[in-house]
Amino acid sequence: MAGGPSKEMLAEIASRPGRDTLISSAVRYVFILVSLGFLAALLFAPLATVFITALSKGWQMYFESFKDEDTLAAIRLTLTVAAIVVPTNTVFGIAAAWAIAKFEFRGKSFLITLIDLPIAVSPVISGLVYVLLFGAQGWFGLWLQEHDISIIFAVPGIVLATMFVTFPYVARELIPLMQQLGNDEEEAAITLGAGGLMTFFHVTLPKIRWGLVYGVILCNARAMGEFGAVSVVSGHIRGLTTTMPLHVEILYNEYNFVGAFAVASLLTLLAVLTLIIKSLVEMKRK
Amino acid sequence: MSFRQPSILPGFGLTLGFSTFFLSAIVLVPLAALVMKTATMGWDDFVRVVTDPRAVASYRLSFGASLLAATLNCVFGFIIAWTLVRYEFPGRKLIDSLIDMPFALPTAVSGIALTAVFAENGWIGQHIAPLGIKVAYTWIGVVVALTLIGLPFVVRSVQPAIAEVQRDLEDAAETLGAGRFTIFRRIILPTVFPALATGFTLAFARAVGEYGSVIFIAGNLPMRTEITPLLIVIKLEQFDYKGAAALGFIMLTMSFVMLLSINLLQAWSRRRMVAAGR
Repeated sequence: MAGGPSKEMLAEIASRPGRDTLISSAVRYVFILVSLGFLAALLFAPLATVFITALSKGWQMYFESFKDEDTLAAIRLTLTVAAIVVPTNTVFGIAAAWAIAKFEFRGKSFLITLIDLPIAVSPVISGLVYVLLFGAQGWFGLWLQEHDISIIFAVPGIVLATMFVTFPYVARELIPLMQQLGNDEEEAAITLGAGGLMTFFHVTLPKIRWGLVYGVILCNARAMGEFGAVSVVSGHIRGLTTTMPLHVEILYNEYNFVGAFAVASLLTLLAVLTLIIKSLVEMKRK
Repeated sequence: MSFRQPSILPGFGLTLGFSTFFLSAIVLVPLAALVMKTATMGWDDFVRVVTDPRAVASYRLSFGASLLAATLNCVFGFIIAWTLVRYEFPGRKLIDSLIDMPFALPTAVSGIALTAVFAENGWIGQHIAPLGIKVAYTWIGVVVALTLIGLPFVVRSVQPAIAEVQRDLEDAAETLGAGRFTIFRRIILPTVFPALATGFTLAFARAVGEYGSVIFIAGNLPMRTEITPLLIVIKLEQFDYKGAAALGFIMLTMSFVMLLSINLLQAWSRRRMVAAGR
């Protein structure tokens, strides 16, 4: 927030006489009450429900739900998909940020818009495009069938759809950060004879590491939690192509609420962890 | 002007080549497949599919509920952002970091959790059911889910703008006899408006495409509580690839328009910042 009033100035203004009128305190209380009430209904109540329903039959039943074979398979699949998608998108994000932030070239802002595209696209469409490419009636459907390769209703499709959805997150985090930091130190390193990789690892990486950490964990949270895109390409084969969010849906539709909310509670904890790391990163940056 | 300006830094060809290749393989080629699939179906077929009454009813719900949700987000998002920037109260930091929760929380989780809270026997549902308001399994439920999803976009856009509002100006206006409403309309709103518009568009764009959190709470009745993304999924399950592609094409076009307006809005608010000397 460069250029804004400083903390001291705000404190000074707040202490000026005439600030604390009856109406201004009333407005203040109404604002705080409305904010808390709105968040309580829409955010805190649902979050609490997840854990209360998951534990409604006791801790024993809660842990029992993680012994189910299909639940374990769903957790394994989610971890596998994230383990493929997150590193790939991280490498892409770093490469794209290096090209965009370090160099001036034509069509740069168009490229940035294209990278942002998956965020504006409905997750259902992100799945749909791969079905149209690789599905039974898709462009490559026949060829894939002849060669006995399955992508749709199988793990490769889930990986591709997840990659599409989480594509921009690392790049979006790094591009503005690296643009703001400028090129001077890298140019100095190159002039002094360092190679490209050495410059990146010893000069650039230490400067951007907190932004990178945040981009990666955000990408990971979205990858593990993606529902719409994965739902379209997965085929919902229990124990084989259901990720954790899809498994939540299956259990929920079977009225197995303890099981559904138990898996949901793991995903909620993942989101909480993501936000904690985000807060830590923001503190480190200051 | 040549394609790029000279620089002594290495790796331009490698990183640009890799990222454009990867972007094409994962995003652009698949999206092109959608456009081409739509193109193979002929104009008459296309018009028939996208103007089908069931499809039109789904647009009305998807766009109507998203507009309403984004509007609610602007009102409550402004109040929340104002509270977080201007007032000190216990738990402020914690609540500030929880604002991002809907963004980090998997949509399926927010879907089942909201349904549990707003169902007729839920914590909130049981108190508003006697008033004759049903939220879960009606269009109101869709609005509630989309409001939760869009909230962080508005709050995070507006927060820095509120911090920019100059308190000296507010004080000066008050000394000169301006009422609270005049101060809001003439000093606060002009500074915050571009950010509010950006937040509105971001929340709206996200809401139109949203799937996971909505399908649990919506009830999914054709013509009544069926959103467009769900209709695409239904068409795919019936192996009607062309119909799905046509509806997908309509939504994709909308996304492009949104993305363009977001970019224009952001450029506009940057220009305003510069013009105001900040």
